[in-house]
Amino acid sequence: MELDPLLLSRIQFAFVVSFHAIFPVFSIGLAAFIAVLEGLAYKTGNPVWLKLSGFWTKVFAVVFGMGVVSGIVMAFQFGTNWSNFAYASANFLGPMLSYEVITAFFLEAAFLGVLLFGRDKVPPGAHLASAILVATGTFISAFWILAANSWMQTPAGMELRDGIFHVVSWSDAIFNPSFPYRFLHMVLASFLTGSFVVAGVSAWYLLRGREVEANKKALSMCLWLILFIAPTQAVVGDFHGLNTLEHQPMKVAAMEGHWETSGEVPLLLFALPDQKNQTNHFELAIPNLASFILTHDWHGELKGLNEVPPEHQPPVAIVFWSFRVMVGIGLLMILFALTGLALRHKGRLWRARWYLQGLRAMSIAPFLAVLTGWFVTEVGRAPWLVYGLMSQAESVTPSLTGGMALFTLIGYIVVYALVFTAGVYYLMRVLYVGLEDPDIDDIDDHDRPARPLSAAHVPFEIEQGGH
Amino acid sequence: MNEPFDLALIWAAIIGFGIIMYVLMDGFDLGVGILFPFAPDEQSRDTMMNSVAPVWDGNETWLVLGGAGLLAAFPLVYSTILPALYIGVFLLVAGLIFRGVAFEFRFKARSSRYLWNWSFAGGSTVAAFAQGTVVGAYIQGFETANGVFVGGALDWLTPFTVLTGIGMLSGYALLGATWLILKTEGHLQDWAFRLATPLLISVLVIFAIISVWTPFVDGQVLQRWFSGVSVIWVLPLLTLMFAVQIWRSVRQRSEAMPFVSTMGLFITTYLGLLVSRWPYVVPPNITLWDATSAYSSQLFLLLGLLFVIPIILVYTAWTYWVFRGKVRANAGYH
Ligand code: HDD
Ligand code: HEM
Ligand code: HEM
Repeated sequence: MELDPLLLSRIQFAFVVSFHAIFPVFSIGLAAFIAVLEGLAYKTGNPVWLKLSGFWTKVFAVVFGMGVVSGIVMAFQFGTNWSNFAYASANFLGPMLSYEVITAFFLEAAFLGVLLFGRDKVPPGAHLASAILVATGTFISAFWILAANSWMQTPAGMELRDGIFHVVSWSDAIFNPSFPYRFLHMVLASFLTGSFVVAGVSAWYLLRGREVEANKKALSMCLWLILFIAPTQAVVGDFHGLNTLEHQPMKVAAMEGHWETSGEVPLLLFALPDQKNQTNHFELAIPNLASFILTHDWHGELKGLNEVPPEHQPPVAIVFWSFRVMVGIGLLMILFALTGLALRHKGRLWRARWYLQGLRAMSIAPFLAVLTGWFVTEVGRAPWLVYGLMSQAESVTPSLTGGMALFTLIGYIVVYALVFTAGVYYLMRVLYVGLEDPDIDDIDDHDRPARPLSAAHVPFEIEQGGH
Repeated sequence: MNEPFDLALIWAAIIGFGIIMYVLMDGFDLGVGILFPFAPDEQSRDTMMNSVAPVWDGNETWLVLGGAGLLAAFPLVYSTILPALYIGVFLLVAGLIFRGVAFEFRFKARSSRYLWNWSFAGGSTVAAFAQGTVVGAYIQGFETANGVFVGGALDWLTPFTVLTGIGMLSGYALLGATWLILKTEGHLQDWAFRLATPLLISVLVIFAIISVWTPFVDGQVLQRWFSGVSVIWVLPLLTLMFAVQIWRSVRQRSEAMPFVSTMGLFITTYLGLLVSRWPYVVPPNITLWDATSAYSSQLFLLLGLLFVIPIILVYTAWTYWVFRGKVRANAGYH
């Protein structure tokens, strides 16, 4: 069998970027949470807030470190595997990606050190300020990278001359049609990720009766936040979808598993899309609902996938199912928020062990939603890389052979498997040691390397102590 | 459009500066990693790692900045050289990942520490070797047609680039050893003093072979250097001067001079390489001006960079100032 460098490059890109993405999403949410905790500590002087913020800062340090290490890989992917695309779009993507690196570095250089190591060295106000600046920095980083990605989805503000994109309006290119929706959706996704992880971990501590006062506070905060954000995310997602319908109708058709252009389109709850025969099997549907959601008219017409030839359709099954997983998790989140409210109302929140167990399990849900969300966005864009203008096949590096691509794909999988197993294992250790960590105050920071991960003073192996 | 400045030149200067900053700064911490397995004992390894731990990742940022800046300012370089070095780039990145996480976890590991030692030493060595082959591949030139790389997967791996790879390994090891002379004391420093001279000799021997070999690899270089005596001959003379200076200062057991002159050695060699190739950025036939991106893109990013680079420099200087002086043995963890 002939190895296809294009397919392998797509798999490789999806692998490394999916890996990368889960860390920043978490660190954006966590950074904001820490800034809030620091703010509360500053205002109330209650040591519980300090304890919480100290603990979650340790977690943040590990997650941030993993994000940086996996981000370095990303910086080279465009050139190695997508060199035609890199060349054609450099006028816009180059500055966007550079600004992301600059922002990330500037933030790390100037304020992360103070946040991680400076608690006793700078006045409390300055420590609070650096927590806020680190959080702001993560948003600015996301701003640039999402501007780049959104531009590839809905290109604007540029002109294609001799196969090269030239920016004619920076503001139109950056604030392209899908950018506001994607940015908002992503920011809310980060908050949900942060809240559900903190809630899940706190619930686990509470089930074990550890540091009850602090963990109750953290859990309660997260539940309030989720109560507001989870429904907002669904509304924003709806608007996002409407915008996508306008600009990328084939992606929406794939999300809905809708083959023939027609009115009165049902909402499919279950189906097995069959791309070969251009139809679905085993449909389970609510009549007319898709028409209503997308056109606000029970009889509204929606374009079907066979408006375009099969080779211009995205892989329908992946988009269709990823979309359902994401939305399903979104609805589950709302359900959890409402249940929490009801329990709280009856004063049973802290005794409902089944609910705390449920929250524990939910802590991986946001990661699944984020990844499947990106699958919808990215796979649904196929066969285009820059929507309507440059296809994936035109973008791939011409000199790349299947063998080379396979070599690095396997290579990255092996490297990530080794390195990130260690990282995630270590993260688990930090969580296991928990808020009561006795190690944390008796350390002389002066001689320690001032590095993000070094802020987590937890030994690597299970054996305790070891001074 | 009317373009008041030749931004391509400004950008060439910025990226050229970024590369030499990277080479000098990440060079010594990679060098420490290369020397790591040969250290006299485990306690020295602790000290060695501590001597670079606070600064290494700031050093590495210059690489990421260089990569992104290259895409923004000279996309053609980015889109031809990265495919040409495809496998090498993977090795470089994998090496950097392994040594990066080793910094984080070795300090916290107990029974698994030896694994992180290997991860640190192996990662550093692979990354340094890969960088050396990049230099060699650059001297060789790249096979391009209509602005895309058309050569093979292993064009970058030839006897010549293997030699430059080994040259880079010994060069970085020399930087690492002289850094340790500066930052440590006692028997670890003695060890570094003893290493410096053999490393210097191997660097010089490899440099000499490369210099003799280069004109055979590429005729343009021959012409540039031997078509009459020109000012550029100052560079090899300076290089030689620095080599003598390293030799003498190591014999006199001076602490700072060996490191400073090794940096000088690197800078003059780097400049020599640049003048051999100027103005070709993808030798043998793509120049700086062929490769440049749109004026407005270069300007857009320049505005941000002009603001940030001074801050980065001040911050870098400040970090080195904070961690000045000798690294104490066994300081840094318990
Ligand atoms: C700056 C651009 C950019 C950004 C921010 C992202 N992607 Fe992307 N993605 C691409 C640029 C891109 C691409 C270069 O355009 C790819 C490579 C091949 C392709 O089809 O598009 C792609 C493909 C791609 C694929 C494979 C699609 C296919 O099979 O055709 C997946 C699953 C993802 N991405 C997932 C993600 C995730 C989880 C991200 C979260 C951070 C993400 N992408 C951000
Ligand atoms: C394909 C796309 C991407 C590329 C090429 C990329 C590249 C990078 C690089 C090189 C770094 C490390 C910077 C450093 O040296 O500190 C980084 C970190 C970061 N990235 Fe990305 N990234 C991508 C996608 C994303 C997305 C989609 C987001 C957010 C929504 C994101 C958010 C961040 C953040 C916040 C950091 C800071 C480190 C951290 O918090 O873990 N990136 N990225
Ligand atoms: C509950 C209802 C939700 C709806 C209706 C919804 C809708 C959408 C739509 C239509 C897209 C694709 C946009 C495009 O590619 O043009 C999308 C993408 C995405 N979704 Fe959701 N979503 C929901 C919940 C969530 C949740 C709970 C999360 C994560 C916690 C999430 C994370 C994402 C991410 C990361 C993307 C990819 C980036 C982007 O295009 O914004 N979504 N969502």
